[in-house]
Amino acid sequence: MSADLDQLENQSIYILREAYNRIDKLAMLWSIGKDSNALLWLCRKAFFGRIPFPVVQLDTAMELPEVYEFRDRITKEWDLDLKVEQCPPEAEMDQTLPPLTRAAARKTEGLKNLLRDHAYQGVMVGIRRDEQATRAKERVFSPRSLEGDWDVKDQPAEFWDHYKTRFPEGVHVRIHPLLAWTELDIWRYSQREGIPIVPLYFARDGKRYRSLGEKNITFPVDSTASTIDEIIAELQVTRVPERAGRAMDNESEDSFERLRSVGYM
Amino acid sequence: MPHSQLRIVIVGHVDHGKSTLIGRLLNDTGSLPDGKVEQVREMSRKRGMPFEWAFVMDALQAERDQGITIDTTQIHFKTAQRPYVIIDAPGHTEFLKNMVTGASQADAALLVIDADEGALEQSRRHAFLLHLLGVRQVAVVVNKMDKVEFSSRRYEQVAQEIKDYLAELGLFPKAVIPVSARNGDNIVSRSDAAEWYLGPTVIEQLDAFRPQQVSPDQPLRFPLQDVYKPDDRRILAGRIESGRLRVGDTLRFSPTGTSATVVSIEAWNHPETVLSAQAGQSIGITLDKRIFAERGHIAHHEADAPTLAHRLSVRLFWLVSEPLVVGKTYTLKIATAEHRVTVEQVTAVINVEDLSSTPGKSVHRNEVAEVVLRSRSPIALDLAADLPRTGRGALIDGNDVVGGCLVVEIEDAAASNITEVSHTVSVDERSQANGHQGGIVWLTGLSGAGKSTLAMALERALFDRGWQTFVLDGDNVRNGLNAGLGFSADDRAENIRRVAETAKLFADAGMVVIASLISPLKADRARARVIGGERFHEVHVAADLATCEDRDPKGLYKKARAGEIAEFTGISAPYEAPDQPELVIDTDTLSRSEALAQLLDYVDETLGRNSLKSGKELTYVI
Repeated sequence: MSADLDQLENQSIYILREAYNRIDKLAMLWSIGKDSNALLWLCRKAFFGRIPFPVVQLDTAMELPEVYEFRDRITKEWDLDLKVEQCPPEAEMDQTLPPLTRAAARKTEGLKNLLRDHAYQGVMVGIRRDEQATRAKERVFSPRSLEGDWDVKDQPAEFWDHYKTRFPEGVHVRIHPLLAWTELDIWRYSQREGIPIVPLYFARDGKRYRSLGEKNITFPVDSTASTIDEIIAELQVTRVPERAGRAMDNESEDSFERLRSVGYM
Repeated sequence: MPHSQLRIVIVGHVDHGKSTLIGRLLNDTGSLPDGKVEQVREMSRKRGMPFEWAFVMDALQAERDQGITIDTTQIHFKTAQRPYVIIDAPGHTEFLKNMVTGASQADAALLVIDADEGALEQSRRHAFLLHLLGVRQVAVVVNKMDKVEFSSRRYEQVAQEIKDYLAELGLFPKAVIPVSARNGDNIVSRSDAAEWYLGPTVIEQLDAFRPQQVSPDQPLRFPLQDVYKPDDRRILAGRIESGRLRVGDTLRFSPTGTSATVVSIEAWNHPETVLSAQAGQSIGITLDKRIFAERGHIAHHEADAPTLAHRLSVRLFWLVSEPLVVGKTYTLKIATAEHRVTVEQVTAVINVEDLSSTPGKSVHRNEVAEVVLRSRSPIALDLAADLPRTGRGALIDGNDVVGGCLVVEIEDAAASNITEVSHTVSVDERSQANGHQGGIVWLTGLSGAGKSTLAMALERALFDRGWQTFVLDGDNVRNGLNAGLGFSADDRAENIRRVAETAKLFADAGMVVIASLISPLKADRARARVIGGERFHEVHVAADLATCEDRDPKGLYKKARAGEIAEFTGISAPYEAPDQPELVIDTDTLSRSEALAQLLDYVDETLGRNSLKSGKELTYVI
């Protein structure tokens, strides 16, 4: 047993239970990537096998086929209450955004539609602080206006696990139970727990997906890691950032920041 | 190499070089992604600014424009020993909220001080907050040593000054390290410029810190988060904050006082039966019987129970622009329990510069203070010094967390009869909850003597102190409760009886009722005293008839003299002054505020906290 993974697991379960108790209408976003798979697993632990809220996929119809296959299998095996939210087309996005960033913005709009149509007061999202600089600034309970605006300069104080759980009308909260985890933690935990993984993460022909996104804006990186053990070994020496294969992040200096300030996950 | 991260917070005054230190740590440990430094250099060049290590940290556009770090950013790096996550706490006073957020998660702290400037206001404020937040492992980094030519004398001055200050907070730095973050002296490699320094480098000191650990040998505290019924099981879920729990243990739940035995520790996807769990674990248990238990209740063993309190003294930090004020009610959240608490007193506002303190009425943003809180419901808690996780909490106002606090003193509620709290509430318990006794303050006197004015002023003053109080005014009750009654002798007697009975109900409910009625006849007042019993306090609001007639606030004397009102007290009906009232207030000679002060003193003395049976002296802890 590894004490640090236990500690992370216990903390995430604590957060999930706080969210379920304090927030009335809750859903979890499932991107079907490694992080939100681990989050699903933690939900099953926290609530003793039955996830007591819907699991939502924001679908752009642009995921790789392996992703859809995995989704359908796991939904059935784990008896998930899956809801698929179709994201609006790229033509309806803010046209001042660079083209790839525009493609990513579809999920933001899909999320807004979801929130508007179902009046969710809280959504669980499996983001981590170590993924990207702007995510490093996130709170565990992060309030958003209906439009999804994130005011990074005026975030609630969050100390000793006392999270902000009360909000005025029209505000929803993003809950981030994996914020303290690292990419390496997720892999070590997935290995320890035997959490199912989309095969695209494992190297084939010298390439693997390190971060999984839509096929038009995500690319595999050079790697020979074809098992979790090999991925863990690779991560311990790599200096390539996790989201290197995410085209939109690297399109312009502030792409990701612009996406997030208007509601991207 | 262990995988477990050590969480480091870096605090200090703005511009003393926190971000530079971090940029340097990342670079010198080879932890930056490839191309990051080149990217930041290129960006600096485009902006026409000289390259700074701090820019590496400042990934956000807004921060670069403003030139100061806005929020807690978490950055990962590793040494040969282990991985770290550094929390870059902003130094700007506006951003205390963020500093608190970052520092509360840390295992250890580096306090960065400019060698030239020495410890400034925020250096001290941050040090104080480390103390409040419970970060015990601290090292001081004396930065910009190149600016003082690595003078050992200057280093000694700065080091001594901050060590003295920290010692007063009970903090003892593991090291005071002279560095130049900009040039990399004593960060990873030892500096030739400071040969006189024999202590550790920053990296050596980091590797010497230990992860924060909760000992399972402390008393058990298992605050409930929720109760789940996934099937026919009823699972009490929560995280063990201290101690250890085993299947078969008998648990008591505070504040209800109910007990039950642990039948199982539930676990999903866990092949072996779990027999025990300890501090830090998020668990679920089932019990041998169905007892009332819900979120907020704390399970513990029979021995080593938490204290039940209505009144506690806390050391707090205040985060928002609207000040904390005496008399205001907030929500206090300790572990998962929430209680409405009223601020009874601001014992001390602490000056972080020299740690002197002054009593006050309010606490402003970024201030630290000691405050007495009172709760109507009994709170199960511990002293922060004994069990930090159930001895500290957040204060919530409306939707927002507005402050945090450590419990430094507890006034033990009458520890007996705990089990009866949820069933019957005794008079004592009400008094303990309110912080005062219930009572009837019966103001009698001529029309125009000042009863109503005094009654309303007293109500305001008591209310502002957080008391439960209400005025029953003779004129007002005649509009409702006594609407059918006239001014005949019988009706007047009945009027007084009803008011007395009503006042008694309020007093039984724990309130201080201020009855303001002319009540001219001794016999009527005597009956009221029988109804009220020992809680009845007769106050004669005395003034000469001439004075009252002169004041004539309602124009009644004029009407009475004109014969328009029959049987008007003082004119056409007698006023029988009390023989032995508890108090006489002479409004002929006293000003309005003097009269109020006299009345307030009396009420405070007879019904206030000091009159409570178990009103113990507070002993100071920490």
